[in-house]
Amino acid sequence: MKPETPTERAATAGSLRSKDLLGTEDLSAEEIGLILDTAESMRPIGERAIKKVPALRGRMVVNLFFEASTRTRFSFETAEKWLSADALSFAAKGSSVEKGESLIDTARNLQAMAPDLIVIRHSCPGVPHFLARNLRAGVVNAGDGAHEHPTQALLDALTIRRRFGRLEGLRVVIAGDITHSRVARSNIWLLTRMGATVVVCAPPTLLPPRIEEMGVEATTDFDAALDGADVVMMLRMQLERQGASLYPSTREYFKRYGLTAARLTRARPEAVVMHPGPMNRGVEISSDVADSPRSLILEQVSNGVAVRMAVLYLLLTGHAWEGEPG
Amino acid sequence: MNTPLLVRGGRLLDPVAGRDGLFDLLLENGVVTEFGDRLGAAGARVLEASGLLVLPGFIDLHAHLREPGREYAETVATGLRAAAAGGFTAVCTMPNTDPVNDNRAISEFLVSKARGASGPRLYPIGAVTKGQRGEELAEFGEMRIAGAVAVSDDGKWLADGALLRRAFEHARLFEMPVVQHCEDTSLSGGAPMHEGAVSTRLGLPGQPAIAEAAAVGRDLLVAEVARGRLHVAHLSTARALALVREARTAGLAVTCEVTPHHLTLTDEEVARSGFSTNFKMNPPLREPRDLEALAAGLEDGSIDAVATDHAPHHEDEKSLDFITAPFGVVGLETAAAVVYDRLVRTGRLSLLRFAAAFSAGPARAFALPGGTLAPGSPANITLFDPEARWRVDPSRFESLSRNSPFAGWELVGAPVGTIVEGRVVWRRDEDRDSRDRS
Repeated sequence: MKPETPTERAATAGSLRSKDLLGTEDLSAEEIGLILDTAESMRPIGERAIKKVPALRGRMVVNLFFEASTRTRFSFETAEKWLSADALSFAAKGSSVEKGESLIDTARNLQAMAPDLIVIRHSCPGVPHFLARNLRAGVVNAGDGAHEHPTQALLDALTIRRRFGRLEGLRVVIAGDITHSRVARSNIWLLTRMGATVVVCAPPTLLPPRIEEMGVEATTDFDAALDGADVVMMLRMQLERQGASLYPSTREYFKRYGLTAARLTRARPEAVVMHPGPMNRGVEISSDVADSPRSLILEQVSNGVAVRMAVLYLLLTGHAWEGEPG
Repeated sequence: MNTPLLVRGGRLLDPVAGRDGLFDLLLENGVVTEFGDRLGAAGARVLEASGLLVLPGFIDLHAHLREPGREYAETVATGLRAAAAGGFTAVCTMPNTDPVNDNRAISEFLVSKARGASGPRLYPIGAVTKGQRGEELAEFGEMRIAGAVAVSDDGKWLADGALLRRAFEHARLFEMPVVQHCEDTSLSGGAPMHEGAVSTRLGLPGQPAIAEAAAVGRDLLVAEVARGRLHVAHLSTARALALVREARTAGLAVTCEVTPHHLTLTDEEVARSGFSTNFKMNPPLREPRDLEALAAGLEDGSIDAVATDHAPHHEDEKSLDFITAPFGVVGLETAAAVVYDRLVRTGRLSLLRFAAAFSAGPARAFALPGGTLAPGSPANITLFDPEARWRVDPSRFESLSRNSPFAGWELVGAPVGTIVEGRVVWRRDEDRDSRDRS
């Protein structure tokens, strides 16, 4: 059980209930709405010549990446800079803490630096939860193994909402390696909570057992899954897993599960295509689809910064964003 | 000191004789000499037991006491104190020490350490193969001379079927059961939790239930052809239990055990606790239908014993991420109370079956003395207060380790006295009980 902390806050429309963002599973529809609205109002900051507001001046954020990451780390660092937080990034991959150091020691060392917020990525599910239990600082999960990646799901939701004006009632297909995907899990929790229908599609070897119990439809037939889809979210095929006999070849995979322009005609005419990156062109998605006007892939990246600004701001200040003073 | 001890006025439960009633019990020279109504106390020390259950001494078939090698997590002395505090009068210890107990010298070392601690009896379980490497058989006969009662490669399932067959055959010479941790690792992949809806939700690799059943099935077939004595350690799935039950019906000499945590906790605890590694054990916590099947199996006698799989780990070792942290939880000091509170008090397990699962069942499985209170049997007695209310507080454990999945549980029922060969080796300090708070 999670111990109560002094910074734990009551649920109100203008704030988040927890000091941490560990997953979308724990978020209420109101909290999701609050984060997306806040992100929406922060987007203009990134469109200005001087991209900086003093909102988090004097606050210290530590980015702790135990697993390699380029775009998520850059996205968090950008969000931190634009909000004027003091950010310290620590790539723990390859360092002494990577393996073997007791997590409690990692937590105590961090605590000694008195950060206000920790952004953490780790290859094992539950590590952010452990830190959250043992640290006074807030913790943002930037990906824990195949478990959750809540800011990715939030930026996906912002992207969808901006295009369709809503999430409720949409049919969202998530296709690819569902078993190993934290992006899939976080999107499933968020989208089903907001009233969307989620269909997950993968070859049987990449579809985890009893995924239906998360409230989704599951299928191995990609063409059938695409019928009537509003959103097609493609996941990265993790090529490094090929040795594990999960799929014999990328060629065979692309034939049945690659998103091509021809296949996309089964979806609704206004359907959009998303991908959390990095893409394997010609494996899960063809280049013409990735670069087509229906692709929102680059918009996802810019929305990522806005969503992370919103999360950092809400967790660190405990109240809603009123816009810039003056 | 050979002063006789009179245990007076308790409710005596003898699962072998099927006896349940208020009797006095007289212990002399390390054996039970008499039971009856209002026995004379002349010359005897009197131990007042009214309101208590008087049970044959509890025997744990499966504990890890970590000595030699990891004395910071547990020693023979602290492990046996924990055992006594849990009502156990005897403990069988697994061979996965460092060095491995695969020889007579280590077995003798353990027995002599236990004798020095003068508490519960310690019965070593020797390794099946040298170094638990799964290659060549260890010297069963030599370890038997030193006091070993069974052989096992502990957490390492003997995957080599021909080697297992020879182990069964060789163990017959010394009338020792072969204890198997049944896990086909080609199916389980060594995953840190049970495969199911929860592992899918949490994104953790899962061990399918069939990894246990497949191993049990293979072992039963090998035991049959080798005319071996198989004991299945910590049975955890309905599927594997069905296989054991079927084999017993067919007359195969197979016994099995279940742990308190597999009877009372499900895989959901991993999620509920926020990935606490005190819910990481092997076999992993399963699903509600498995718990129901295991409770039924314990009540109908298909399962012989409750065993703790007491696996102490230092907090630093357990404070790793969920995939890297070691498997295992401590259990000696909570086992009887957890099973009593959650199964007996809820009506799913009868008192006599409770008594049997902790005494007669394990005694029979490993052919150990005890398990009954009949005159002439060893004076090993567990006193149990069925009304004691207490809260599990690992900081008060006698064990050196604190990795309990039951921390904070409010329980009714507690072992309050442990008598080994007529000598009281442990009594519950009343101040420990939270019932005194009320």
